[in-house]
Amino acid sequence: MAHIDENPLGAHLPLDPLPGHSSLGRLERVLRRGEFAVTTELNPPDSANPEDVYERAAIFDGWVDGINAVDASGANCHMSSVGICALLTRMGYAPIMQIACRDKNRIAIQGDVLGGAAMGVCNIMCLTGDGVQAGDQPGAKPVFDLDCMSLLETVRIMRDNGKFLSGRKLTTPPKVFLGAAINPFAPPYDFRPFRLAKKIEAGAQFVQSQYCFDVPMFREYMKKVRDLGLHEKCYILVGVGPMASAKTAKWIRSNVPGIHIPDAVIKRLEGAEDQKKEGKQLCIDIINEVKEIEGVSGIHVMAYRQEEYVAEIVHDSGVLKGRRPWTREPNPVDQMVAERIEAARSGQEQDQQQMAEKAASQPH
Amino acid sequence: MADAVQKPGNAAPAKKAATGAFTPAGVSPNRRSRHKYTVRLWAVRHSRFFEWFYHRFAQVFLLLHPVWKLFGYQRVERPITFVERHVKGFLFDCRMCGQCALSSTGMSCPMNCPKQLRNGPCGGVRANGNCEVEPDMPCVWVQAWKGSQNMVRGNAIMNVQKPVNQSLRETSSWLRVTAEAAAAREAAAAAGKDA
Repeated sequence: MAHIDENPLGAHLPLDPLPGHSSLGRLERVLRRGEFAVTTELNPPDSANPEDVYERAAIFDGWVDGINAVDASGANCHMSSVGICALLTRMGYAPIMQIACRDKNRIAIQGDVLGGAAMGVCNIMCLTGDGVQAGDQPGAKPVFDLDCMSLLETVRIMRDNGKFLSGRKLTTPPKVFLGAAINPFAPPYDFRPFRLAKKIEAGAQFVQSQYCFDVPMFREYMKKVRDLGLHEKCYILVGVGPMASAKTAKWIRSNVPGIHIPDAVIKRLEGAEDQKKEGKQLCIDIINEVKEIEGVSGIHVMAYRQEEYVAEIVHDSGVLKGRRPWTREPNPVDQMVAERIEAARSGQEQDQQQMAEKAASQPH
Repeated sequence: MADAVQKPGNAAPAKKAATGAFTPAGVSPNRRSRHKYTVRLWAVRHSRFFEWFYHRFAQVFLLLHPVWKLFGYQRVERPITFVERHVKGFLFDCRMCGQCALSSTGMSCPMNCPKQLRNGPCGGVRANGNCEVEPDMPCVWVQAWKGSQNMVRGNAIMNVQKPVNQSLRETSSWLRVTAEAAAAREAAAAAGKDA
């Protein structure tokens, strides 16, 4: 039987647009169907080798609905998110293209949105980005021309009104599912739910949260979110991930801004014989707790340098309930590329005279 | 980073490092002197007063619209900008973005945020309510939220702000607001006449 997110006429054909859907991607389909979604993050390589990206993506095959292509997270230099998305869409993965406002101004960002959508990116995640001081090149100039909110609004205007921020028209608007980030674990705590409301107003359709280690705190946040009715307007994916050891957890707590790790978590890790295994178990326990919270639509597994455990964590927590996320998403231009390659292979001779005539009579 | 030799500077990195706080390598992107936070924080604590005062002040400016028009908005721009820069610079550490959002940010100037966020705090705010980038500076948006709670129209903090128009930097937002209000008033009067 054909997979539910597959064109019934053939797996190589792009998906049909569904009513009420803003993208052609499968992440939106999964979420709108009410299924529990799983997304993860690809560790961007420090190399110019496409194999590195394919290798790192292959371990998620059949376990996740979307792969975040991070945009220099932590202000550390890596392969760009646009580059990773180009490679991933070529191989039929469903990337979530992150755009951080730290490195690009509004001109570059709007261009990247169009370029990404043209390559077949269906999900765009709008972030402010960490400050440059956090990364390996603190001497860089922080741009922050837009902030995450105005970035969301910009992309929403491009999609829904078919216009640039300047008002200039687009001939084909980018069909994308818009995401944003939330961090319920940083002050001002009472403002955080309202900030989510603002993001939804600006255009966010799904949000991924920062690492959740403090479930009671998250429960409190979700209660306020439900009181505002926000969980019905937006899909909330909770960020989870395994900690390699108590030492790593301590280091992250004091050095990475915005990650809140309670003492109890560190104590539990310290007390364990095999800290790595305990970290994984802790992650599964947290998933099992948060998935029961009303308004949670999925999880976002961030297993930095432990990507091989993502499949295991997803499997052991049982959040997919036997569902197997489809591994390949056809790219609208696949067929055209195949035809081109075929034509090149068949070695048709090019008649220069004929080509010149054609170019002269039909410039477009 | 912490054990590297810290030079004394405006942001006092050596003092910061002594407390065990995270200190960015080298100097943070925006240097600023610490004593200025005092006035800025005082302004936020008295945001209700400033809201009232600003409201009155805008009315006075609008009343003076014929005067500005007489001299020409272009010509009064420079002296007014001079006054505005120094008054708001002292009170709010104003950065002269030229499109003041103080009334919807609890009288805490959002351009002082190292990321210049105009729509709320980023996810990196420290547990003690200080900035991620500048560990000794109280987060502009934590202050903004506090300030907005005192204000009558504090709910304006929920509005999504447009991106900054960089071409309006170093111009007077007082005059712009007044000119816009006057234009709106005239348009309303004209519409009333037509009807």
